[in-house]
Amino acid sequence: MKLLVQTANGVIGGDDQRVADLTRQLIEQGVAAKTILDEGLIAGMDTVGQQFKAHEIFLPDVLLAAKAMYAGMELLKPQFIEEGVPSLGRVVIGTIRGDLHDIGKNLVGIMLKGAGFDVIDLGKDVPPEDMVRAATEREASVIGMSALLTTTMPAMQEVVEILERDGLSKEISTIVGGAPVTKDFARDIGATAHGYDAANAVERVKQLIPEA
Amino acid sequence: MNQAVQWTAAEVMPEREPVLELIGVPDEDVPEHIEALYDGAMQVLSDVAEPAGVVSEISEADFAEVYAGDGRNDPHTPVADIFPGADRLALFTVTMGEGTSAAIAKCFASHDFALGSMLDSAASAAVERAAELVERSYEEALCAGGWEAPPGAVLRYSPGYCGWHVSGQRRLFDYLEPERIGVTLRSSFLMEPLKSTSGVLIAAPQDVHAFAPTYSFCSRCETKGCRQRIRALLAR
Repeated sequence: MKLLVQTANGVIGGDDQRVADLTRQLIEQGVAAKTILDEGLIAGMDTVGQQFKAHEIFLPDVLLAAKAMYAGMELLKPQFIEEGVPSLGRVVIGTIRGDLHDIGKNLVGIMLKGAGFDVIDLGKDVPPEDMVRAATEREASVIGMSALLTTTMPAMQEVVEILERDGLSKEISTIVGGAPVTKDFARDIGATAHGYDAANAVERVKQLIPEA
Repeated sequence: MNQAVQWTAAEVMPEREPVLELIGVPDEDVPEHIEALYDGAMQVLSDVAEPAGVVSEISEADFAEVYAGDGRNDPHTPVADIFPGADRLALFTVTMGEGTSAAIAKCFASHDFALGSMLDSAASAAVERAAELVERSYEEALCAGGWEAPPGAVLRYSPGYCGWHVSGQRRLFDYLEPERIGVTLRSSFLMEPLKSTSGVLIAAPQDVHAFAPTYSFCSRCETKGCRQRIRALLAR
């Protein structure tokens, strides 16, 4: 459908007003929310993600596209509630206890949503036990943690240990990231995956959730 | 010297290149829409920044205690090698104020992610600019007071870098009391407001600062920022 393609192009161009207008039109025409989401908004973000990965566009372009996607998502929210649109999977994210740096975590959240995941953002300075509680209560498949300080990185290990202690490590995967967080660190603490940047984190989460 | 300083936002406005670099955009043929974002972020920063700093001189013996911290530094570090050769030392903290962090958060809350990220980069670069101002003004004050170590220079070093464990912030804060400019330290040694930095200003002959990157942590360092600073110092 032409309007869906135009919506995707609106996302790619970062034109939030146009995306909102087109989404409104699609809703008025009775197009299912899931179709608008998949073939319009996520299709646009998918192209943006590929362009970013290929170094054809810059981070601000991705973020402008995300704003446009959110403009459409806001209008679809009532439909989502009504139709119960399934997501690719649910991910709990947060900046770990003691750390307030949340730009990286926010970028991961934005890009995960853009890829079609249901993201529960617990914010910053999140205690390990709260990460696990939120993941179990909201039936999330993945916990994503970020840290910018070497002093707060050990709290990520606590999350992994709580999951193991409570027998949840098979149901809930963990992915860690942040400037000082390396692949070796992730392996050493027993995290399931490491994301070296926001785009890579999305790819890794897709691998962690089989149906994604 | 033990003083708090305040600047106007205009005085700490960063150069364009580091702001764009922090957000991953090379400063050449910048697309128009990213130019607009940059201009917007600089305008917001100019409106909300409340730049302030505090500087206090410290003796070599007192700094040795501050630097030792909780004993978690690397066994061999540039600062440990440099400060015994210093002529003068001072601790410092600078901040962009809480309003800057609030403005960044507001951008994200309203889905203005691109502006928020550009503002975050601009604020980080502005903090570095404020630290440079402190560095230069300390050097000028020393020179005005007759510091004649030829050729001498003041360079700054911060906890969390080059083997100085970030837990060193605790003793630095105990000595400097940056709370007087509204900067506090969390148990994780993170400063609030987030857009703040702290460290030591070391006034020493140039060659004392010119260390080789052969410490155990140098191979893991991704920024190699020391090389640029030392090159600039020796080119003076």
